[in-house]
Amino acid sequence: MRFVDEFRDAAKARALAAEIAALCEPGREYRFMEVCGGHTHTIYKHGIEDYLPENITLVHGPGCPVCVIPMGRVDDAIHIARTPGVLMTSFGDMMRVPGSGGNFFDSNAEGTNIRMVYSPLDALKLARQTDRHVVFMAIGFETTAPSTAMTVLRAAEEGITNFSVFCNHVTILPAIKAILDSPDQRIDGFLGPGHVSTVIGCEPYRFIARDYGKPLVVAGFEPLDVLQSIYRLMLQVREGRAEVENQYARVVAWQGNPTALRVITEVMEPRQHFEWRGLGFISHSALRVKEAFARFDAERIFDLPGVRVADPKACQCGEVLKGVLKPWECKVFGTACTPETPIGTCMVSPEGACAAYYNFGRFTRERVREASAR
Amino acid sequence: MTPSDREQQVLDRIERARRRRAEVKEERITLAHGAGGKATRTLVDALFLEAFRNPRLEPLGDAAELEIGCSRLALTTDSFVVTPLFFPGGDIGHLAVNGTVNDLAVSGARPLYLTAGFILEEGLPVADLVRITESMRAAADAAGITIVTGDTKVVQRGKGDGCYVNTAGIGVVEHAWRLGMDGVRPGDAVIVSGPIGDHGVTIMLARGDLGIEAENLVSDTAPLHDVVDALLLATPGVRIMRDATRGGVATVLNEIARAANVAVVVDEDAVPVRQEVRGAAELLGIDPLYVACEGRFVAVVDAAEADRAIDVLRDHPLGAHAAVIGRVAADPAGLVLLKTGFGGTRICDVLVGDPLPRIC
Repeated sequence: MRFVDEFRDAAKARALAAEIAALCEPGREYRFMEVCGGHTHTIYKHGIEDYLPENITLVHGPGCPVCVIPMGRVDDAIHIARTPGVLMTSFGDMMRVPGSGGNFFDSNAEGTNIRMVYSPLDALKLARQTDRHVVFMAIGFETTAPSTAMTVLRAAEEGITNFSVFCNHVTILPAIKAILDSPDQRIDGFLGPGHVSTVIGCEPYRFIARDYGKPLVVAGFEPLDVLQSIYRLMLQVREGRAEVENQYARVVAWQGNPTALRVITEVMEPRQHFEWRGLGFISHSALRVKEAFARFDAERIFDLPGVRVADPKACQCGEVLKGVLKPWECKVFGTACTPETPIGTCMVSPEGACAAYYNFGRFTRERVREASAR
Repeated sequence: MTPSDREQQVLDRIERARRRRAEVKEERITLAHGAGGKATRTLVDALFLEAFRNPRLEPLGDAAELEIGCSRLALTTDSFVVTPLFFPGGDIGHLAVNGTVNDLAVSGARPLYLTAGFILEEGLPVADLVRITESMRAAADAAGITIVTGDTKVVQRGKGDGCYVNTAGIGVVEHAWRLGMDGVRPGDAVIVSGPIGDHGVTIMLARGDLGIEAENLVSDTAPLHDVVDALLLATPGVRIMRDATRGGVATVLNEIARAANVAVVVDEDAVPVRQEVRGAAELLGIDPLYVACEGRFVAVVDAAEADRAIDVLRDHPLGAHAAVIGRVAADPAGLVLLKTGFGGTRICDVLVGDPLPRIC
């Protein structure tokens, strides 16, 4: 596949790995957080950790938008879906996220018809074709918020009256800040989220370098992108710098995408508080639909239970997300909490840190290396 | 205790948890139970196998082997619920015949007779049913199999997807050797008979809601009895074969690893995948290894005979792109490892349900 294979070249990877290893100071531990679930997925899918020295640990951050949706919001969505005359729609990866009484698939087994769509525009298309009220379960970071906002604008333009969005969009910066403010975090630098940055640009990350003294490299999603970004983080650490760099410049403009940002602010505004599964309530960390578009806001249209469901006690996702615990160090990892029966956020989506570790990386590097070498 | 000891302890705990007896925890059936992944496996193990347990069923092969008089027969059944009914490269009729023929073929049997059961939805155009039955006849002729009995039911509008087809097939095992998981040995070669994922990706695109088109991509639905026969005649060292349908090649390899208590180490770069399939899978964030095929099989073969097996397969139109994709190892038993094209290694586990597209 052109434009992809060149970013998956094993020879280049070996050369980069050697340079990364050369930058490591003996006896020192390095912990870098990849903020975005897409990076976690790349890291496991391609086996990038095999290229890293033992003293570099990748910490899987909070950037999996489905993992961070709290159970109460899933319950609310199912409540909407149960309303007569409603057709609920959702992205596929949301379907398996558990609420307190099961996920969307379970809900469908009990009689709802929550349908998978590939974009909010597909949901709007359904609304044009049916008399039912179509609700789109809007999730995601700044990456997907513009398409939700655009769809609301389109619906308004066309005067569509049977369409609304259940807005669960979250914003990445408050979550990073919450992790940095946590006293037990042990992070040496960040791989910045590539897709989010296409929208917000690189400037907003400045405070991470300036106020917290941590380097951040906005990274692409191919395996060589990730390795090169780790190299650039190591170089900064080695040289005692803390700066925001853009490794993904072929896609990410430093100033982001002003049109996309304008569309978001036209339709949405920050919420006072929003609960993140595993991290708790974070101020100004999510978006809701503005008053002016109230007729497209499922939260205003439907009477939602809005019950807060506490994360299960045994779950240590918060610690995993902050890099305090490795996935396998959690008490319920792999026993009570598995991809089939996830308890916590990190096990829910394949991009979640624990699910990725469970599926792809369960074995010590040496054992896997031995097996594949024979 | 060192951290790596502790990690090992946790991993052992997981392995114990994984080996526990299966239990269906859900209160109702969900789509995941039909996707061919872990949820399906749990349902089969915990519910069907428990209810019907007997020595013929227990191997849970593609077909059951039965000895009747002095004949060795293979019996299998399969139901087909594909949407859309017609797609590039085939239709539900082709699938219904070929699917059952292939289950017999990879069990080492020569397919003989087929049954056909139809569940039709009120309102289905008769012209569609004509097309489907014509496809079935053509596929049966191509496979040298005769449809000898059948059944028809009609359900109310809205209670079926136009047309569901069930087929059952019977075949005769004429080869002297026995295929079975117990024959799989460390060192054996793992072969796939052609490019993977064509059928699954074709269906996803044919549903039309992705807005992606791939002009040259068609379903790989085909009868495998002939190519399998050629392989078995030339290669007595074939240990086991499986057709890679629901759940794809990765799921089949996991079944082998688990049932034979061995590791399977796959070389990602060696796995044949068409550009169109790779491209579409990449866009959707799914892995071709988990995508269904309807005319491909996986074979485990004595390493000494791997080259000959590949030669024989490549001489056949349905095996033209056959390749050795990996090998069997002793440890870590029960797992499939993938050596990635990028040079890393990862575990390739069975999915819970259908592969779901990722949004970001």
